Amino acid sequence: MELLLVILIGLLYAAGMYLLLRRSMVKLLIGLSMLGNGANILIFLLGRITKGKPPVIDEGAKIFADIYADPVPQALILTAIVISFGLQAFAIVLLKRVYVLIDSDDLDDLNTPEDEDI
Amino acid sequence: MKSIILKTASTYLLPILLLFSIFILLRGHYYPGGGFVGGLIAAIAFVLHGFTYGVDGTLKLMPFHPGALIPIGLGLAAMSMFLPVFFGKPVMSSLWLPMPIPVIGMIGTTLFFDIGVYLVVIGVVLTILFSISQYSENG
Amino acid sequence: MIDNSIILPLIVNLFAAIIQLFFWRKTVAQRIISIAACFIVMLLSAQLVGKVYNGDILIMEAANWKAPFGIVFVADLFSSVLVLFSSLAGLAVSVFSAAGIGRARMLYGYFPIFHFLMMGLIGAFLTGDIFNLYVWFEVIIISSFVLMTLGGRKPQIEGAVKYMAMNILASTFFLTGIAVLYGVTGTLNMADLSLKVAAHENRNLINITAIFFIIGFGIKSAVFPLYFWLPSSYHTPPSAVVAAFGGLLTKVGLYALFRVCTLIFIPDAFMQNLLIWLAIFTILTGSFGAFIKRDIRKMFSYLIVCHIGFILAGLGIFTEVALVGALLYLFHDIMVKTNMFLIAGLIRQLRGTMNMDKLGGLYTDYPKISLLIAIVLFSLVGVPPLSGFWPKIYLFEAGFMSDRYLVVGAIIIGSFITLYVIAKMWIDVFWKAPPAAADGGEGAIVDKFKTFPLSKKALLVSPIVLLAAISLYMGLCTENIALAAKQIAAEMMDTAPYVEAVLKTH
Repeated sequence: MELLLVILIGLLYAAGMYLLLRRSMVKLLIGLSMLGNGANILIFLLGRITKGKPPVIDEGAKIFADIYADPVPQALILTAIVISFGLQAFAIVLLKRVYVLIDSDDLDDLNTPEDEDI
Repeated sequence: MKSIILKTASTYLLPILLLFSIFILLRGHYYPGGGFVGGLIAAIAFVLHGFTYGVDGTLKLMPFHPGALIPIGLGLAAMSMFLPVFFGKPVMSSLWLPMPIPVIGMIGTTLFFDIGVYLVVIGVVLTILFSISQYSENG
Repeated sequence: MIDNSIILPLIVNLFAAIIQLFFWRKTVAQRIISIAACFIVMLLSAQLVGKVYNGDILIMEAANWKAPFGIVFVADLFSSVLVLFSSLAGLAVSVFSAAGIGRARMLYGYFPIFHFLMMGLIGAFLTGDIFNLYVWFEVIIISSFVLMTLGGRKPQIEGAVKYMAMNILASTFFLTGIAVLYGVTGTLNMADLSLKVAAHENRNLINITAIFFIIGFGIKSAVFPLYFWLPSSYHTPPSAVVAAFGGLLTKVGLYALFRVCTLIFIPDAFMQNLLIWLAIFTILTGSFGAFIKRDIRKMFSYLIVCHIGFILAGLGIFTEVALVGALLYLFHDIMVKTNMFLIAGLIRQLRGTMNMDKLGGLYTDYPKISLLIAIVLFSLVGVPPLSGFWPKIYLFEAGFMSDRYLVVGAIIIGSFITLYVIAKMWIDVFWKAPPAAADGGEGAIVDKFKTFPLSKKALLVSPIVLLAAISLYMGLCTENIALAAKQIAAEMMDTAPYVEAVLKTH
């Protein structure tokens, strides 16, 4: 399980970086969200994976009797997901606006020539 | 979209999903659920309606633009966050009423915080999605 | 010591933003609320500094969750002083915005977003939890995205895309660093991290984690190989917005770098050399960039980068004297850089352009405003009695004491180039005769300022006066500020009181 996640994280980071270096804006966006997902899975992995032991105390019990999954990484990932949801929604609106303005998906078309205003 | 199945289904799904979102909202704190998830479900209900009837059709259902929910929700959440300070406790402590209330259960500042989050999430998600889709419809 | 009121400056900003959202279409009410709220925040943060000035460290435990488990807010002198300076800058920007921001932008919610930005800044300064720091950073960047793109035309959107991509990338690096740190230590509280990281035996792993943080904060604070987004985006939005960005956003990155490097990852020889080389290259490339730019705001953007290098150099040398110098420069930089961009906005109102080739003759038309601006420019350059001079003395002293002559050389070169660039700007903008209108209307001077009513003139000039007065105070009465900086530097070198205050308050 851990090995599988490690490979998955590597793939997500590599693919995200590769897409960031493309000139297309849509690929930039997908790359950023892949990087974010990679980071989330990394938190999940490094918080030690415990299968099938939710951190919920049984009814009537006061403390945990058994080992349990660490709830902190889950809270961190949830927060990070909410934040990246907001960022990506904003990024989509922004890139849509760019597309309407310059009618192109290529980031190179976005650049104003330098001699226009140094 | 013209599909008759989607059209019929979304008409019935809207109230059911809204009810479900409130159930999820109230279920929070001790069980999985809460304001964020509930808000997303409620927003999805309206988005589904928007798919079939168009954004303008969905906006007609609402007495005001969903963006107005953002300040209301934020205000509610911030108030319930700040209320404990008047009772000499740190920010974000929970205050509870002594007696549970039927159906809803225990009432405390946590519930109002969650309701605030619920409203903000509906407002934000609908504002973003509606403005994106209106943007593409109009040009 | 537990004190639940340290979070008040943050709460006031939050409530100001919410109340303004209720006044969505009423721009006059929004302006009044904004200025009033900024004023209250300033008073509250001054009170906060007063409380912690004698060396107390105040903490607030959110919802009474005890320290290593819950989120704590910590106000030591470093945080409080930065909260005070950023709220002063916030007040100036808010007053300037009331006259300098167009009505169309206000209708899109300029002021509420500005207060969310201020809330994020104060939260980032006050938090004592590394993941909470990440959350405040996200609050800051989401608000700054909105401010950056608000009512934007093509150049503004163009800058915003670069800004957005680089900042999201920086956040991802930061998050990756947090993930590794949590995996290594199992805690997120900075005081607790300080103990656990120091006790960890695998130093290479710790250093690699530190690199993640340096990349993440380095992008945000515009450090050498990672700063290219800054000069290509900071010249596009309205000047009031850039004043807040240039004065505060890069500084919050530096604050995080200082906090992380002095509390959690104490720099060893390798890290010190790394930071010093980064600082040298930041100073040199930033100042060379400022050389060739003819647009005032592009030039200022490169100067931001150059002066970030000065502060970073102080962190890299890592002796108490160097930290004093770096802190003094940090405080000076917040005031001056905010003011510089406000001045750029004022020049635009006076002349309708910010290109130095098309400017000129401001001194003959507005001698008083020119003298005011001269104070700010001189303190930026660091002419002896003014505020930019004293930090460099400390930095030189520290550089010579620890035999880091290259840094001293770089700082000298950077200062001279700053002097040259500012002198050139002074001649071009203030002394040179205004260029003759080339062909007909093209290039003619558009003086909107003359037609403004007195109240609007006052709103545009008074924040510059306020910040210039603070700069003057920081220059002429440096001993007061230096006293605070020395105390902060001592707290940074010996973090035991901080750790103790956070972890043992029961």
